[in-house]
Formats: sequence, structure tokens, C-alpha cells
Amino acid sequence: MEPLHVVSAIFVFGGTFFMVVGSVGLIRLPDFYARLHAAGKPDTLGEILIVLGLILYEPLSFLSVKLFFLSFFILVANPTATHAVAMAAYKRGLVPWRKKQE
Amino acid sequence: MEEKAGMNIRPILTFKFFLLFAFWVLLSMWALDHNYPGQFNALHIVQGLIASAIVVYLLRDLILHGEKLHMKFLRAIPYVFWELWQIILANIDVAYRVLHPKMPIDPLIIEFYVPYKGDMTKTWLANSITLTPGTITVLVEGNRFIVHALDKSFADPLLIDQTMQKKLMHVFMEGEYDSTS
Repeated sequence: MEPLHVVSAIFVFGGTFFMVVGSVGLIRLPDFYARLHAAGKPDTLGEILIVLGLILYEPLSFLSVKLFFLSFFILVANPTATHAVAMAAYKRGLVPWRKKQE
Repeated sequence: MEEKAGMNIRPILTFKFFLLFAFWVLLSMWALDHNYPGQFNALHIVQGLIASAIVVYLLRDLILHGEKLHMKFLRAIPYVFWELWQIILANIDVAYRVLHPKMPIDPLIIEFYVPYKGDMTKTWLANSITLTPGTITVLVEGNRFIVHALDKSFADPLLIDQTMQKKLMHVFMEGEYDSTS
């Protein structure tokens, strides 16, 4: 058990936590737009944390470089896809859910 | 963005070509371990040259386009780290709201205008807004941004402080930071 492996495990668990929160939010949140928040974004941080943990787990090699580029591409691609889906819904005229005003 | 002259675009294109080709070589030749040796032969190099040339031609006025690129690149580095920190903070907030039994959310749609001229700046702002949990860029029309926020506290930084807009103005040297004109 090396100390670096403990740090890496913490990162991977943190990433998994945000992934699970995203899935829970997908079920709990009320409407399409709110669910889009849960579907798209905690995944970005969760994925980066998991990749960071994997980079720390292995000694520095070509795999680490590939994983680093992978997180960079997800950082660019994820918001673009989320925006595309949200724009499609908005242009179709989907009305967002509002909290009832008492 | 407008074309200034044909002569200063060629070095940028050449730079892009070699950047892409270097990336190709990096991916194809570097050995993973002794079971997966790298592929460094004439066939792969020619494939890489052709692929880089096609990509540079297709994206000739998309990536790395404009003036004072080195300055923008240097200014973008602190912004990216600031953005990553914002992502972490906002993610924790969203996780709290999602897991809270009463789910304290109040979604709303906000609308604001930005004084940006460049498309690249708008793209960065839209992507940064979507990356920050709690806000999604729904529509960008000209200078109008329509953003869906999960709660009013996520919308306020965009409407009142406008920190993100100002930081991007600094990165892309627009408005008061414009030193090109």
C-alpha cells in the first residue's frame, strides 16, 4: 500500500461520488432542463477526478498523457453536447418547470 | 473575424499543421509497453501527413485564428484554472441541492447581453457557463445569451457580478483591454 495509491483511491472515489450524484439528480429533478444539469455536468468533474486518480495510480507513462488529453477533450465536448440538446428543446418551445409561488 | 492580410495567415497554418502532425506522431509511435510497440513507419507517417493536411484545410479559419495568439494563450491559462476551481465549487453546491431531502431548487431562465465582438469569446463564455454546474447556455443569438439556471444563486454571478464575462474580456483582449486597435 503506497501513499500515492491512497491519494489515487480518494480521487477515484470522489469522481464516483459525483457520477452517482448526477444519476440521482437525473431521477429526482423535476423537468427536462433541470435533469440536463444533472446529466451533463457532474460527469465532467467526476470524469476528471477519476482520470486524475488513474494518472496518479500508474507511474508516469504514455497512458497518463493519453488520459490527460482525454479529460481535455471531454471538457470541450461535454458542454457542447449539453448546449445542443438544451437549444433543441428551447426551439421546440418546451416551457421550463417553475416552483409554485405561494 | 476579418482577414487582415493573406501574408500573416500562412505561418499560423503551418504551425497548426505541425502541431497536428506532432500529435499524430505522439499517438501512433509512442509505445504503451512491450506488448504494444509503437507504429513508426512510412505508412503511418504518410497517413498522418495526409490527415493533418485535410484537417488544417477544413478548419483553416476555426482554431487558432486571430491576432496576438501568444498573449491570448498566456492569459487563458490562469482563466482555465479559475474555471476548474469554479467547477469544483459549483459541483459541490449542486450535489448538496440534489441530495437534500427537500431539494431547494428554483429553476429560472435568465437573459443578458454581452459586448463581445469575436465569436471565439462567445464560444468560450457559452462553454464556461455550461461547464459550471447550475447553469446551461440554452441559446446564443448575436449578443444575447439565454441561460437556464437551477437556482437564483447560480444566476446572480452572471447577472450582477459578471466576473466570468470580465475575465473572458481580459483573456480575448476585447473592450477596455483591446490593445490591437
